[in-house]
Amino acid sequence: MIELHLPWLDLSILLALVGAIWVGRRRNIERARRDALIVSAAVLGCAIGAWQDFGTLHTFEAHDWGDVLGTVGGRDLLVIDELSAPLVPLAALLYLLTILSTLLTKAQRFSFAWALAGEAILLATLSCRAPWGLVALLAAGTLPPLVDLLRRRKPVRVYLLHMGLFVLLLVAGQGMIALSTPGSAPSLAGVSLLMAAVLLRSGVVPVHCWMTDLFEHASFGTALLTVTPMVGAYAAMRLVLPIAPDWVLHSIAIFSLVTAVYAAGMALVQHEARRFFCYLFLSNSSLVLVGLEIATPIGLTGALCVWQSVAMSLTGFGLTLRCVEARTGRLSLDAFHGLYEQTPMLAAFFLLTGLASIGFPGTIGFIGAELLVEGGIGINPIAGTAMVVAAALNGLAVLHAYFRVFTGTRHVASIDLAICMPERIAVLILTVLLLGGGIYPQPGVTSRYHAAQRLVEQRARQLPGDAGQATALRGALSEHVTSSTLAPARRPVATSPPAPR
Amino acid sequence: MTYETIVALLGYCVILCPAVLLALLGLAQLAGRPLSERSTAQATEAAVLLGLTAAIGMLALMLMRGTRYVPIEFGNLVFIPEQHFHFHLKLIFDRLSVPFLILSYALVGTVGAFANRYLHREQGYRRFFLFYAIFLLGMVVASLAGTIETLFLGWELVGLSSALLVAYFHERAAPVVNGQRIWSVYRVADAAFLIAAVALHHATGEGDFAGLMGTGPWPGGHAALSSQQALGIGLLLVAAAAGKSGLIPFSGWLPRAMEGPTPSSAVFYGALSVHLGALLLLRVSPILDLSLTLSAVVVVLGLATALFAALTVRVQADVKSALAYASLTQVGLITAEIGLGLRYIPLIHIIGHACLRTLQLLRAPTLLRDYHRLENAIGAHLPGEHDPWGRWLPPRMREWLYRFSFERGYFDAWLDEYVIRPFVALFRWCDAAERRWTTLLSGGKGRESDQVIAAHEEEPL
Repeated sequence: MIELHLPWLDLSILLALVGAIWVGRRRNIERARRDALIVSAAVLGCAIGAWQDFGTLHTFEAHDWGDVLGTVGGRDLLVIDELSAPLVPLAALLYLLTILSTLLTKAQRFSFAWALAGEAILLATLSCRAPWGLVALLAAGTLPPLVDLLRRRKPVRVYLLHMGLFVLLLVAGQGMIALSTPGSAPSLAGVSLLMAAVLLRSGVVPVHCWMTDLFEHASFGTALLTVTPMVGAYAAMRLVLPIAPDWVLHSIAIFSLVTAVYAAGMALVQHEARRFFCYLFLSNSSLVLVGLEIATPIGLTGALCVWQSVAMSLTGFGLTLRCVEARTGRLSLDAFHGLYEQTPMLAAFFLLTGLASIGFPGTIGFIGAELLVEGGIGINPIAGTAMVVAAALNGLAVLHAYFRVFTGTRHVASIDLAICMPERIAVLILTVLLLGGGIYPQPGVTSRYHAAQRLVEQRARQLPGDAGQATALRGALSEHVTSSTLAPARRPVATSPPAPR
Repeated sequence: MTYETIVALLGYCVILCPAVLLALLGLAQLAGRPLSERSTAQATEAAVLLGLTAAIGMLALMLMRGTRYVPIEFGNLVFIPEQHFHFHLKLIFDRLSVPFLILSYALVGTVGAFANRYLHREQGYRRFFLFYAIFLLGMVVASLAGTIETLFLGWELVGLSSALLVAYFHERAAPVVNGQRIWSVYRVADAAFLIAAVALHHATGEGDFAGLMGTGPWPGGHAALSSQQALGIGLLLVAAAAGKSGLIPFSGWLPRAMEGPTPSSAVFYGALSVHLGALLLLRVSPILDLSLTLSAVVVVLGLATALFAALTVRVQADVKSALAYASLTQVGLITAEIGLGLRYIPLIHIIGHACLRTLQLLRAPTLLRDYHRLENAIGAHLPGEHDPWGRWLPPRMREWLYRFSFERGYFDAWLDEYVIRPFVALFRWCDAAERRWTTLLSGGKGRESDQVIAAHEEEPL
């Protein structure tokens, strides 16, 4: 397999690990924060290096140069491919921005060392293709939030129960699939268990309560970093999508659609800001799993685009909420707080990220949502309608929260609540990405389209018999048919007439 | 320079002026370096004048050449050749869009000049002009939209800026609650519009208006739909238009919108926003032509709204609410005209009505002064209104009509009771059930959100 010019992946993971140990030895909070910031910036640099290096190779997958970790853990342990290439720097960026926007008032409760450890695990997860390696990393990824809960002496039973079940399902499912006869269809029971694990990790209704519980008890930063990279969706793409028969994907899509609408409704009636955020995130992230069911290049492209936009916009939204909480404490949504005049920039960013998450025109989420509906409606019109309903409810919830937090009264403060420089930098970086991705979406969409193509091809290759042929046919058909959607200017550009629907 | 080049330049100018204005005001505020009042006013004036000049230039060129349809393509925003997927922005200049565009620029420009003085040294001056820029861009895009998606883009920008402008005086709760209410109605309208667009595309495989309605310039064209398809899709479009234009049963948002500053009330809810629904119906008029039932629904909805608003306007206690319902009366009539198959008459009606209503609303803050001046001039009180119909109605009927009008047709109360309350009750029940479930799993440990709720409940009202 082709190799990168430098061991970017190894470097980024090891840097984060060494940084975690180094920062963990720091007793001075201010120095720990500074060191964590430097390490996470270096990790982001390596992650971007891997992404750019991969781009220059014009291949669909590549190993690290030398592949130190790969020689220890197996050939497919660390691989960068079309799917993971932009996800690795995205994950590193989310960590950097979270650490950057952690003010000293919050630093006591937020462990920088564990954040870096979590980053190392996440980067390894996103670079891993070996099934058992992925299972191990997904299991390891459940530890940093657990440590955070234990450090804060908060109840852990809900989290432990759910994550314990997640790991159990994952191991059992992968074990059954590993035991299947080579060349035959993978064990149905194994695929079902993997599906259940993915649904659980993604917080799909009715097994989503661990997520609300995590937001209740963990520090906001830890909770945010646990959910926004959407590791459950990654597990679905790597472990389930290539081998699952259609009915498994349909089941995931139905659960996810119900979650999208249900969580949007729940976000509207929440009394408290963190729970509201959790439901808003659940509703949006569920749409990524809906894209799985579509399993056509266009639908999957939409899902992958939504993945990126939701991760970015809702991390920004969560960070803004966290910045506001750092100034006021937990926020009730039953009362008006009137913080606009004190923190106009946070207000503007709250609105911008919230609107980006629902796919408002001009933001990065618009094209992704459009592609997703495009793909979904071709398979089932009800799916498209449900997505529209969920987006409408989420839009209501976002503005409702904005009005409650920033308007309705005049907030009188004895201290200056204006945005600080690190927060301002974090906000501006995300603003550029959210608006830039909305105004010039072509590079992002092209990259996600190539990744979607690979996933569809991989699925067609790995599924035996009719199911594989059906998937291949579905992918091929979608190349010749302009599927039905709200998109207007979408018509065949080839000279040949479109195939009959 | 060729005719095509000039047309393209004018087309780009029309759309780029508000876009650049929005970018300028928005980026300056995001960078923490907001423009001064003077610079904001100058930038706004320049953008509106340049855009208006370009729009008039386009009209003049089209009249000189006898062109009735000028499409301007902005290229592909996204292009996936293997999937034959391309997503491009397209604007069209025709007999419907050009008058609406010039009307938008003229009225928004007038109101901008008015607001520059009206809001001078207000704390939210820059915020107002930022939302103003979003609104202007939304109106221009919606007026010129050549595809369903472009129309949706403009439609969303108008909706967002409208809700934020209603909540302009955001240190008070009432404007904010009204802004939220308007956003809610708009989101319902948006959802109906999107579903209609999806269904339309599903039925025809087209999203381009030229493809959907035939290639003939507006108001010609024939939609390639069956009567049943036209009825189903048309009803969704009518629901979207009803939400956007405040037709019944969504009429409750219009007087609420008057909570915003007078300039925004004047141009947005009295003149332009309120006509967006009518614009949508005019744009998709070939679909209305396909179904007699659909046309009848539009006529009945329009007339019922006009009748309701004409009654309600008589019992309003403040001038802005009275003007809001007067506006709604005309919008109802315009809708009925569209349902009756008229095309140019409703367009002329929209232009005349929008201009008159803008003038009336901008004069509203000085109404008492105007009355005094008139009374001083004639040396007596102004004659009161005499209702010729009242004496023919039985007293109980008059009383019922009064209460019906005073309560604004009970539409808001009905929506609260039968839509919002059950929705909130259902999800609050789910929330309580989830809390009980996590409490059970965690062994009865408390949550911080419970403390936040309890603390809020203990706060004195």
